Amino acid sequence: MRKYVAIIISALIFIVLAHFFITGNAPINYLTGGKYTNPITHEQANQSVPQQYLNDSRKDTGAPNVVTAIVVEYRGFDTLGEVTVLFTAATGLALLIEEYRRKMEEIVEPNFIVKIASIVVLPFIVIVGTYIFIHGHLTPGGGFPGGAVIASGFLLLLLVHTTKGLPEKKLSITESFAGMTYALIGLLGLVLANEFLQNYLPLGIFGTVFSAGIIPLIYIAIGFKVGSELGGILHNLKGVHEE
Amino acid sequence: MMLFTVMSWVLAVLIIAPAIYAVESKDLLSAAIAAGFADLSAALIFLILQAPDVAITQAAIGAGITLAVFVYAIKRTERWEK
Repeated sequence: MRKYVAIIISALIFIVLAHFFITGNAPINYLTGGKYTNPITHEQANQSVPQQYLNDSRKDTGAPNVVTAIVVEYRGFDTLGEVTVLFTAATGLALLIEEYRRKMEEIVEPNFIVKIASIVVLPFIVIVGTYIFIHGHLTPGGGFPGGAVIASGFLLLLLVHTTKGLPEKKLSITESFAGMTYALIGLLGLVLANEFLQNYLPLGIFGTVFSAGIIPLIYIAIGFKVGSELGGILHNLKGVHEE
Repeated sequence: MMLFTVMSWVLAVLIIAPAIYAVESKDLLSAAIAAGFADLSAALIFLILQAPDVAITQAAIGAGITLAVFVYAIKRTERWEK
């Protein structure tokens, strides 16, 4: 009884929300109207915050991808926090699962097709992941998606080699160095440009790979970190000791 | 516009139906797979809403890695909900 009431209520909420979404009467038009008020000085700016990002991101960061410009440059400190959250989750999982680690009782041999296809597909998965995080400032994507794609390559390896795990020590060394690189890039910004995570490298030619200052460096660090972290999580969950 | 509306409704159904099945099913393995399918539909809806960044992340993490994590966890515990 309660189940059906819950279903009906959630369907009603969905219909109301969908109605608002379709009719599209947002309270503020975020692109044109809605002037920004500084909460401390109470000054009014002529443009809203999203409009300012769209107007100034090319001049400020030199990245064609505005999302990346916001995530890494304007809101770089938040991204550092996100990376820390993922690190904490992986560490907590490794700590908790240590007790339950054991060899799998029944080992199912993978299908022939899976074995052969993994050899063919794995290099392409790794190349696509690397492409996504190196070109994070030019094309959609960035450190997190690229790292996740590489981790799905690790997952394929774990599925094919049933009795083996990943090299855990190498993964944790990679992860630590990538995290330290991110923090060091930020601290260099503190030294050279007076602000943490401020850009201090030349912006370069707009739209090329070697441009946009520190954004590609940070995204490469994040890509390595996320890939090795998610790989470590999968390795721990599979629960096979390092050979 | 018409095509966009139709695709949105179809994808909305493809998200909601596996989600309800994932909650209701007693078989945790098929529930995990249904949740992965819902994540895949969510990735498609992000794609047609022109957020390819989110779509890539959703497809890789939601439909790939989360499903694997659930399957490993089910393998360590029990498959059937009591």
